[in-house]
Amino acid sequence: MADLDRIRWQCRRGLLELDLLLARFLENELPGLNPEQLQLFNELLAEADTEILAWIMEQEEPPARYEKLLSVLRQG
Amino acid sequence: MAMTIRQFDAVVVGAGGSGLRAALQLAESNLRVAVLSKVFPTRSHTVAAQGGVSASLGNDEPDNWHWHMYDTVKGSDYLGDQDAIEYMCRKANEVVIELEHFGMPFDRLDNGKIYQRPFGGHTSNYGERPVKRACAAADRTGHAMLHTLYQRNVRANTQFFVEWMALDLIRDADGDVVGVVALEMETGEVMIFQAKATLLATGGAGRIYAASTNAFINTGDGLGMVARAGIPLQDMEFWQFHPTGVAGAGVLITEGVRGEGGFLLNKNGERFMERYAPTVKDLAGRDVVARAMATEIKEGRGCGKDADHILLKLDHLGADVIDKRLPGIREIAKKFANVDPVKDPIPVVPTCHYMMGGIPTNIGGQVIVPDGKGGEQVIRGLYAAGECACVSVHGANRLGTNSLLDLLVFGKSSGDQVVHDLASDTLTQKPLPADAGDYTRARLARLDGAKSGESVAEVGAELRRTMQLHCGVFRFPDSLTEGVRKIREVADRAANSFIADKSKVFNTARVEALELDNLVETAVSTMISADARHESRGAHDRSDYPSRDDAAWMKHTLWFKEGDKLEYKPVKLKPMTVESFEPKARVY
Repeated sequence: MADLDRIRWQCRRGLLELDLLLARFLENELPGLNPEQLQLFNELLAEADTEILAWIMEQEEPPARYEKLLSVLRQG
Repeated sequence: MAMTIRQFDAVVVGAGGSGLRAALQLAESNLRVAVLSKVFPTRSHTVAAQGGVSASLGNDEPDNWHWHMYDTVKGSDYLGDQDAIEYMCRKANEVVIELEHFGMPFDRLDNGKIYQRPFGGHTSNYGERPVKRACAAADRTGHAMLHTLYQRNVRANTQFFVEWMALDLIRDADGDVVGVVALEMETGEVMIFQAKATLLATGGAGRIYAASTNAFINTGDGLGMVARAGIPLQDMEFWQFHPTGVAGAGVLITEGVRGEGGFLLNKNGERFMERYAPTVKDLAGRDVVARAMATEIKEGRGCGKDADHILLKLDHLGADVIDKRLPGIREIAKKFANVDPVKDPIPVVPTCHYMMGGIPTNIGGQVIVPDGKGGEQVIRGLYAAGECACVSVHGANRLGTNSLLDLLVFGKSSGDQVVHDLASDTLTQKPLPADAGDYTRARLARLDGAKSGESVAEVGAELRRTMQLHCGVFRFPDSLTEGVRKIREVADRAANSFIADKSKVFNTARVEALELDNLVETAVSTMISADARHESRGAHDRSDYPSRDDAAWMKHTLWFKEGDKLEYKPVKLKPMTVESFEPKARVY
């Protein structure tokens, strides 16, 4: 649980758009993630805000490993 | 239980552009510097700055700092202090070139010099025509700046305390600031950072509004700390708004949408801008459009079940035009407004963007307060820079690209001031007062001990609604009076806040409760200051006093938490070396 609490805080970002999208993800998806998905989400959170947003908005090609996760984030 | 104490020469609170720039100055002078930040430094809100940083480099066409100074004074609607504005505009070239040498990836001209582009409000020859003054790194200037400054700090051995939240200042019997109390989120432990100098760089506080472009972390923590420590907040009635943010989200919809033929509708489906600006309609200036929208909502013609927003219609442009000319808009609308603008209008509302007021400082970032004898005095040991500070270069209204310049220039100058004050023995390591940390301990004990009380989320939402409704982009006298009553009620409720989760590790609920205390000070100071200022100037726009009143109101507001009272101090009209710019009507 402590790990989920840490992840929850790390969804506080510099860009409002990410705050909003990640808040939705936290509520709807986070509880259902398996350990590998959680690990990948952790890695995504370590990326730069501007990159993450550009990937979600499909302005830039994301690394392949994030593609599935990003598509969930895109749905909101 | 005694708190752990750590000692540093300087503690910097906040790791955005100004905090990093200041910390760098300190660390490169071989001082022991701690930087506290709620989030990883490169995730600070500075990352959202896209436009660029202004400097009269004149790389593409003639420019000089005096023209920049004129634009800034005029932009401030003559509330900016002209000595600070001169200082900032004169220092601009130096801090930008320094940043270039630090490795900032600025866009470049073919000849290798920094590329510069025009930006609203920046002109050559005192308002004659637009000038290319903004230096940018693609549309990621803020991001590049944070990364550059962060790397440089790592090299200089700045010590970062990431995911730490500063809670309160520690002042001794002389009134000097001798450090801060801070919370480590990972453990829930509270510690004292004892320092010869404490420098606040906590950024903006736009989360006091229901509609805000600010990230969730922008809760005015430095402002709350200062207010609770008995230090006033300056010019809090001045907040910059953008006319069209997505209602309920805050994400901006570019003004290009109206440029391409989109228009605004009220609940009756009426294109109301035809009444307010018969010729240019929806293409009127930002302030005119925002004022019209606020008036429609105030008079009950807003849309939605709460009649609290306006609709921006663009489906008549057709999918082709929308996709081609307004790239990204469709995605933004779908993701944040849940509508496809090819079919449905986007709900929009005037949206808060930037805080011109803040912690009163001088050019060296020293926090200054009235001395009770008609003059001012420095709070020894306390400094502030960036958006949380009010130096005041933006006055009643900020020019685009001057915010990044502000944090570079005054981040550096406040760092230099600390170095100077330490070297000249003005600052020494004073002992902590016997009751250091008690105030914070009591705050936390109340929160942790409460078995019932007010929901932080509900009180926070009520605070944001109250500010949006009663102290938004266009202000009405009856509404402000009601707003003062309501925001005091919100403050009382917040004092009784309650969290069910009392756990220690990464307890976001506790952090949000502590953030709410800071939002309250920011919101109350804004409402009280706005209610009292009986004129319209820059971003403070009132229906009952539509004009600027220089005779009565060319002065800075100071709000004191104690007694909820206001004082005023004169605007510094005298620059450092040049003639004053005399107030004129602000027309563009």
